[in-house]
Amino acid sequence: MSEVLIVPTMAEMLSQGKQPEVLFWVGCAGSFDDRAKKITKAFVRILNRANVSFAVLGTEESCSGDPAKRAGNEFLFQMQAMTNIEVLNAYEIKKIVTACPHCFNTLKNEYPELGGKYEVLHHTEFLKSLLDDGRLTIEGGQFKGKRITFHDPCYLGRANNIYEAPRDLIQKLDAELVEMKRSRANGLCCGAGGAQMFKDAEPGNKEINIERTEDALETKPDIIAAGCPFCNTMMTDGIKNKEKEGEVKVIDIAELIANAMDL
Amino acid sequence: MGYLSSILFAILLAVGFGYFYLNIKKIIRNINLGQEVDRKDNPQARWKNMAMIALGQSKMVKRPISGILHIIVYAGFIIINIELLEIIIDGLFGTHRIFAFLGTFYDVLIGSFEILAGLVLLAVFAFWTRRNIIRLKRFASKDLNGFPKNDANYILYFEVVLMSLFLLMNASDLHLQNIPGGFSHYITAGSYPISQFIAPLFNGVSSELVMVLNELFWWLHIIGILIFMNYLYYSKHLHILLAFPNTYFADLNAKGKFNNLESVTNEVKLMMDPNADPYAAPPANENAVPSKFGASDIQDLNWVQLLNAYTCTECGRCTSSCPANLTGKQLSPRKIMMDTRDRIEEVGKNIDANNGVFVPDNKSLLNDYITAEELWACTSCNACVEECPVNINPLSIIVDLRRYLVMEQSAAPMSLNAMMSNIENNGAPWQYNQQDRLNWKNE
Repeated sequence: MSEVLIVPTMAEMLSQGKQPEVLFWVGCAGSFDDRAKKITKAFVRILNRANVSFAVLGTEESCSGDPAKRAGNEFLFQMQAMTNIEVLNAYEIKKIVTACPHCFNTLKNEYPELGGKYEVLHHTEFLKSLLDDGRLTIEGGQFKGKRITFHDPCYLGRANNIYEAPRDLIQKLDAELVEMKRSRANGLCCGAGGAQMFKDAEPGNKEINIERTEDALETKPDIIAAGCPFCNTMMTDGIKNKEKEGEVKVIDIAELIANAMDL
Repeated sequence: MGYLSSILFAILLAVGFGYFYLNIKKIIRNINLGQEVDRKDNPQARWKNMAMIALGQSKMVKRPISGILHIIVYAGFIIINIELLEIIIDGLFGTHRIFAFLGTFYDVLIGSFEILAGLVLLAVFAFWTRRNIIRLKRFASKDLNGFPKNDANYILYFEVVLMSLFLLMNASDLHLQNIPGGFSHYITAGSYPISQFIAPLFNGVSSELVMVLNELFWWLHIIGILIFMNYLYYSKHLHILLAFPNTYFADLNAKGKFNNLESVTNEVKLMMDPNADPYAAPPANENAVPSKFGASDIQDLNWVQLLNAYTCTECGRCTSSCPANLTGKQLSPRKIMMDTRDRIEEVGKNIDANNGVFVPDNKSLLNDYITAEELWACTSCNACVEECPVNINPLSIIVDLRRYLVMEQSAAPMSLNAMMSNIENNGAPWQYNQQDRLNWKNE
């Protein structure tokens, strides 16, 4: 696909003497994971359409350190954090947006004590603010009347009390938002957090993502909306396991918005 | 007789409260075995937490059935304890129903105590049924095998006994109040919406015997309360006291924020700063215990984590919402808290037995109580923290134990080691080159 995405880096911005409104923190999943890259691009398309002045760090970005910290490796976490903070502070970053709740949580809550103080937004919050400010308009279009259920990412919801922004966005699509029996503060983890994404699960009688997918399927959804690249992978695997990939799609909120805008 | 009973009563109170005081001191000593952590900031938010969560039971009612039943028992406990004040004054000074002069207000008070006592009996019956007949999953879990299961039932039986004695005491009093022309010091006072139905039991019994029975119920009731109070120390029931400080000192930060290890920060700064002179650091205190990264035993945890362990009521709301536990894995956040408390008690006994110093016993919280398998099953999703009705944080203990496994013992699962070396070498948990981070733009 030869689409043109405008993705300036901070280095380029600096060389032009410009400071973007917001830094888009892409994250490791958003940079390297094939599924998550689609979310990254959908989000960039929206930013381009809304004429948001943003930049990425590109090759100067490094892992936020979240999986290292959750795994108990505080040394590695702090080395990552301090390296990133040096870069961010050198560019005098004030405001960061990211599509990964894990990066979001770490940058927002764990960087300040190490000298990195920024205003950090999850992409669903940022998208909502664009809509509220009238910088973005969307029509329900293709999602009108579709049943959409939202899986709360632990690191967005319980960890940071953000439950409404993603739901508000889904409602803008004129879709029917259906809630799982476990949602918001009672939501069930997808199974990937706490560095579980990178290891096999301990022995049990079920995988957590299967349990969670069953919650979602109970709502008979057309779409499972996700707000985290790891949840997206886990739920997609769950849907495949249940052989429902023909009927139910797992789609990030940014992709929903981009699709509704025909981007 | 009057003086004798007053003296006897005073001795009883002194023994009851004295023993209680000694045990409370022991708990405070044990909690202080933990590391220092500052939880004195923002008192306004802390008082609010305590008022809403401990006093107002706001998190209990998230599960309405147990929540409402619990509020009944809790209100019964608090309000009936006002009655205790009268009992103590009457006992010490040989008076009878000293507050009766309050008139209508006294009637309302006694009447509401009675209704609460009745409701408590119903609630306790429901609790007992849930535990022993319906066997709700979270109460039938293997975490509770042995003493914890019995402990829960003992408390229920105790409440039945205490409430029954209270009602019997009132019923016999009412019977004596109603004797035409008055009997001894039994003045007409109070209203008895429940025990009026028990009072007929004493019809046909000699007034002297009813009086003896009344005295007996009165004494057994106060003795029961004192025993119950002293049983708390040995029981999960300690939460009726510790829920208050526990909610006050709970972490106010976003749940996603894991604490920063400053000992690590210092080392990382030295490591990263090319100009840092490692020898410029102040000379280490030779007597200082070398600090550990993470926690392997209770002395490495902070005092709030230890307070958490003493506060845990073993209700299992955490475990019943834990994704790892729900899918059959070994991890149970409730067990993490129970293990921590058991280990604190073990260490405390060790200290008591060795004249105030802990003699190493070749055991630790990690491994002897909590296994690595349990720890690695955690997804750090905070469901357990969200669920706890009294703001206990099992996740913080899990993380501190993981830190010890990783930073002191390099004992992470192999796949996590691979992930960590990828971050170290490539700046990503996967094996991709950092120079390829922007490739998505052109794909």
